[in-house]
Amino acid sequence: MTDPDTSRRDRLTGTRIRDRRMAAGIKQADLAARAGISASYLNLIEHNRRRIGGKLLIALARALDVEPSVLNDGADATLRAALNAAAGPSDPGAASAGPAPETDRVDELATRFPGWTALIAGQQARIEDLHADLEALRDRLSHDPKLADAMHEILSSAAAIRSTAEILAGEAELDPAWRTRFHRNLHEEAQRLSDRATGLVAQFETPLGSDSVIRPVDRVEAAFDAAGHHFPAIEAGGAAAVPQVLAALGPLDAAGADLAAIWLATYAKDAARLPLAELEARLGAAGGDPAALLAGDMPRAALILRRLACLPSRSDRAPFGLAIVDGAGGLVFRRRADGFTLPRLGARCPRWPVYRALTRPGQPEDAVVSVPGLGLFRTWSVAEPVAHLGFGLAPMAQATMLVRKLAEADAATGAGAIEVGPDCPVCRAAPGLP
Amino acid sequence: MGGRILLVEDEANIVEALGFILSRDGWEVRGHGNGNSALDEIERLKPDIVVLDVMLPGRSGLDILRDLRGAPDTAELPVLMLTAKGQSRDRDLAMSLGADAFLTKPFSNAELVATVRDLSARIGASGGR
Repeated sequence: MTDPDTSRRDRLTGTRIRDRRMAAGIKQADLAARAGISASYLNLIEHNRRRIGGKLLIALARALDVEPSVLNDGADATLRAALNAAAGPSDPGAASAGPAPETDRVDELATRFPGWTALIAGQQARIEDLHADLEALRDRLSHDPKLADAMHEILSSAAAIRSTAEILAGEAELDPAWRTRFHRNLHEEAQRLSDRATGLVAQFETPLGSDSVIRPVDRVEAAFDAAGHHFPAIEAGGAAAVPQVLAALGPLDAAGADLAAIWLATYAKDAARLPLAELEARLGAAGGDPAALLAGDMPRAALILRRLACLPSRSDRAPFGLAIVDGAGGLVFRRRADGFTLPRLGARCPRWPVYRALTRPGQPEDAVVSVPGLGLFRTWSVAEPVAHLGFGLAPMAQATMLVRKLAEADAATGAGAIEVGPDCPVCRAAPGLP
Repeated sequence: MGGRILLVEDEANIVEALGFILSRDGWEVRGHGNGNSALDEIERLKPDIVVLDVMLPGRSGLDILRDLRGAPDTAELPVLMLTAKGQSRDRDLAMSLGADAFLTKPFSNAELVATVRDLSARIGASGGR
C-alpha cells in the first residue's frame, strides 16, 4: 500500500518543477527541450499527471539548477519540523481559535510560498527563543536572591503607599496630627519606591554579555529541552555528527556554543559506550525498571542513568528528568520533566537523594520523594568518582539522579516518601541548621 | 479585652499604617523591625497574633517561623506571613513551615483586617471588635 504522504509528495513533484521553472523565467518548451522530452509530456508532469523519477528528474533538476531532492522531497526536514512546531499550539487552549493548520500540506506551502514559509519558520524560531528567555527569567525571579530582595523591597514600598493612601482617602475624621504624619510617610515612601524601582530596572538593563539576564547555560538548556534531549544524528553518526547537531541547535553566543559542544561530546561518548538499541533492548528486558537495569550493570550505573534521560520520546512512556551535581552540590546538568527541576540558582533542598548519594559513592539508591505542590517522583541516584586528586586523598565525586513523575495511581508508594522542599533557606526538618 | 498583635516588619511606614488600621479594629499593636531579636520580643510581649514579614534584617521571617514552630510555647501561636507577590517559593516554604495565613504585598487594608479577624475567629483568640 502506498503511504499517503509519499503519494502526495510524488504528486507535488510536478508542481515544484512548474514553480521552479516559472520562477526562473524558462518557457515550458525550452525546459522540455533541455531535458530531452516533449513539451506536452512536461505539461503532464507539471500538472502531476505523470509520475517522475530517475534520470528524467535528474535532467530536469540540472536544467533548473537545483538538487533533485529539492524537486522530489519538497521542504527539507528542518523546515518541515519548524512548520510543524509552528502548527502545534504551545498553549493547548489556543487550539480552538480558528481552523487548524493544514499540516498535511506543508510541502505545498513550502513550494508555493517559499518566502512566507521562511517567515513562519523564522518566527517559530523566535518564539522558541523568547520562551527560553521567559523560562530563564522566571527561574531567575524565583531563585536569584538579589533580584528577590529587590522585588520584595519594591513591593514593600508599594504596600506602605497603598495602606497609607487608603487611610488618607478613607478616614474623613482623621486627626490632623495623624494626617500630617501619613502625608509625610507617603512622600518618603514614594521617594524610596522611585529609588528602588530605578535600581531594579538597572539590573535588567545590564547589556547582554558579561552578566546577562539570560545566561548561555539557559539558552543551551532550552535548546536541549526543545530537542527532547535526544539527538538522532549523534545516535547514528557518533561524535562526527556533533558539529551538524550544534549548528541545528539555533543561534548561540560563543560561550553557549562552547558549552553545547561539551554537552554534545559527552552525549556522543555516552551513546558510543551504550548504544540506543542496546539500551532499549535491556530496558525492555528489565520491564522498564531502571533499578533492574542498574542491578545488572553496576559499574556503568551513572552512564545508564544519563542515557535513560536521552531516550527518544514515545507516547507510551513519560520522559525522565535528570540532575547531575558536583561534590560541592553545584548543579552541573539538568533535564527538567513533568514539573521536576532543581533550581540552578540559590540553595537547593539537600534532601534530594542525589545529595545523599554523594556521601555514598558507588552505592545506587532507589527512592520516592514528595515535592509540595508537584506530587511524587521516583528517583534513582548514584555517585561516582570523576577525578582522582592523589594518593591518600578522597576522589572528586559527581552524583547523577534520574527522576520520573509517579502517576496518581502509584500514590500508595508515597507512604515512605522523602519530603523535599522547593529550596533550602530554611527547613523544619533541620532545626539545628543556622 | 483587646488582643495583642506584634508586627515584625522593618519598613517603618508599613508598621505605622498597619498599626493604625489594626488599632482602629480594637487591637493593641506593637512593631518590631529586627529579625535577630524578634524571638526575644515575642517571648517578652507574648502576643496573641504575630504578623511576620518574610524579609527582615538579621534573620528571615521563615527562619523565625521555623523556630516558633519548634518551641513548645509558640508552636501554636497564630502567624500571619507577609510575602511579596511573585515569590511563590516563599509562600510554599511558609506553608510547609506551618504559617496560619498569608498576605501578599501589596494588599488592601480591608484584606488585612479580614485576615486578622478570620485568624482570631479560627483560633478563638480574644481579638478586638
